[in-house]
Amino acid sequence: MLRRIRYMLIKEFIQVFRDKRSRFLLFGPPLIQMLVFGYAATLEIHHASTAVLDLDNTQESRELIAHFTASPYFDVRARLANRREIGELIDRGEIVLALQIRAGFAEKLRKGQTAPLQVIVDSANSNTALVALGYVNQVAARFAGDYQADRLHRLMPQAMAVMPSVELEGRPWFNPDLESRWFFVPGVIGNLILIMVVTLTAFAVVREREIGTLEQIMVTPIRRVEFILGKTVPFFLIGLLDAALISAVGTLWFQVPFRGSIAVLALGTVLFLLGALGVGLFISTISATQQQAMVSGFFFIMPAIIFSGFGTPISSMPPWLQKLTYLDPLRYFQVVLRSLYLKGVGLDVLWPQMAAMAAFGVVMLAVSVIRFQKSLD
Amino acid sequence: MTRKEVIQIRRDARSLLIVVAMPVILILTFGYAISLDVKHVPVYVFDREGSQPSQDLLKHFQASDYFNLVRAVDNYPALIRAIDDGSCQLALVIPPDFSQKLQDGGAVHVQALVDGSDANSATLALNYSQAVIQAYSAQVQLEWLSLRGQTGAQPPLSVDARTWFNEDLESVAGIVPGVVAIVMSVVGSFLTALTIAREWERGTMEQLISTPVTPLEIMLGKLAPYVVIGMFDIALCAAIGVGWFHVPFRGKWSVFFGSSALFLMVVLSLGYFISVVAKSQLAASQAALIATFLPAFLLSGFLFPIDQMPAVIQVVTHVIPARYFVSIMRSVFLKGSPLVFLMNDLAALAVFALALTLLATRAFKKQLG
Repeated sequence: MLRRIRYMLIKEFIQVFRDKRSRFLLFGPPLIQMLVFGYAATLEIHHASTAVLDLDNTQESRELIAHFTASPYFDVRARLANRREIGELIDRGEIVLALQIRAGFAEKLRKGQTAPLQVIVDSANSNTALVALGYVNQVAARFAGDYQADRLHRLMPQAMAVMPSVELEGRPWFNPDLESRWFFVPGVIGNLILIMVVTLTAFAVVREREIGTLEQIMVTPIRRVEFILGKTVPFFLIGLLDAALISAVGTLWFQVPFRGSIAVLALGTVLFLLGALGVGLFISTISATQQQAMVSGFFFIMPAIIFSGFGTPISSMPPWLQKLTYLDPLRYFQVVLRSLYLKGVGLDVLWPQMAAMAAFGVVMLAVSVIRFQKSLD
Repeated sequence: MTRKEVIQIRRDARSLLIVVAMPVILILTFGYAISLDVKHVPVYVFDREGSQPSQDLLKHFQASDYFNLVRAVDNYPALIRAIDDGSCQLALVIPPDFSQKLQDGGAVHVQALVDGSDANSATLALNYSQAVIQAYSAQVQLEWLSLRGQTGAQPPLSVDARTWFNEDLESVAGIVPGVVAIVMSVVGSFLTALTIAREWERGTMEQLISTPVTPLEIMLGKLAPYVVIGMFDIALCAAIGVGWFHVPFRGKWSVFFGSSALFLMVVLSLGYFISVVAKSQLAASQAALIATFLPAFLLSGFLFPIDQMPAVIQVVTHVIPARYFVSIMRSVFLKGSPLVFLMNDLAALAVFALALTLLATRAFKKQLG
């Protein structure tokens, strides 16, 4: 039996590594995706392109604008003369936000009234708009604080030092500069393993069926279990290799810290791979052609990635959808990856995720193997 | 030729279902699941003082829609544990001398420990906490001033924000234009890339070539049904976006369908080109994924703002057709800007469509020779 499995494995590996193109397919696409994701997936906002329309043109209004030019979050690109230009610049996509100070701004300030600062934001991308508005509020508050302090200093010099104020001291843990890359790079590892292993496994079986070589194999003395092992073990190993490769890129190239234990990561990857292999086998039992296999694979992989909380927080999804995400094995793997990379926690915290992945893997593999054996009859 | 392709698609009943189901499923998953908004952040509180003013500050957090005060703890290890296992995203620590310091004057610091592993949510949560603290601080200061005879004091500055195009800052309004591009990429490249690759793999391509059909005719015949499917899918996307998710549609339908047809030509020729070059279905599917789906998702600017990417990547986005298409879709759905503003994007798409069609037919001829 072992001998037959070995031959089967050799055959599979020859097929997979046959030529340059197929070898490239195993490692090229994941690498490219990792690099593109690492560089392109940024949600933080720095140097948002800003235009200023100052209709007051006083020392106070210029002071307020200076607060914005000094901030790393804004890049004042244009100083406008009338309101129409704002619309045009935003329409052309040249600026994300515009600050408008009306005439009479300084006068209101001097009288001790509340002076308005108008902000116009292009919110076609709602997240950019939200983050930028948050920064506008911070800069505005700093200006207000400074101005208040100045005025107080003039009115009652001796009281200045004792006016109370409450300040927030934000301390981001695990990712002190709040870099998106640190969030996305560990997540991409999970996505890529899922994509690679599910498609490779499903295609390997369906291709034989489509070309007609499946019948040829079935008339050889190989047993079904041996055939299934032969079709899964290579991709299990390739999946592990891919995981190691992309994790190395994440740590060495993108400098995302890895704070957990490699053994726990390996355990998590193995448990996750079981489920991915199960899904790949399952798809192969319901597809007659490679096109069908690919589309079915896509229908599983795409929601699995979106619902895993890879790009957007699960807590922001509607409640009914949040419950659905518990069925997604990638959800657990994402928690494992991010916790190991950034938080450096161990099995004592991650055991529920590990258990969920193991359960999914065992059930999925069992169902697939049973279905697969039937489909061979 | 076209009829052959139509028959082949129709025979495969599942493909037909996919053609309808794919855009529906894509737009529903994206529309519901892709939201970067942060609401009801789970907050733990470590109030080291437990006085009237400290509780007053916490009430401000409680009143906010963005926070959900789930638990009060009385030691640091409990906080650390909660942040580690993810049950708490933001922890507020109020110093033991909070009210004393408020009376003495000067700055009092409230700590916000935030789980930074999700950088974007952490940024938003910190921004919101900042806003709450600022409001509280302003209130404390005004009270302090009025106690000292500065009655009628008002906060010096107010920010009056107007959000254009997407007034309620709904994620889904920005997502739908991007989903349209993704659906087109998938239908255009995934499905077509496999058709030609399949003929090579099965050896039926040689049969086709031996008939007196020219390469251009083969290509047109292969692609025509997918044009129809693509246009149908895009109409479906728009219908769901506007009808179900209530995304506004402020532009012209003619621009919508015209630019979609152009973009469809781009992705179809790209898919065709890939399939001619790749030959195996596995290779074709991987290549199509990298060449169309991934850029449409990552580099088109629908989710990740292009101007925040590193300079090199920004340059790369100029050769991503989806970038121009997403910009047009945004404008058609949300901005309704006049056609003049779209000319550049439309021209870029036209150039891509032309160049890729030429490239695909030439590659096919070469493959035959």
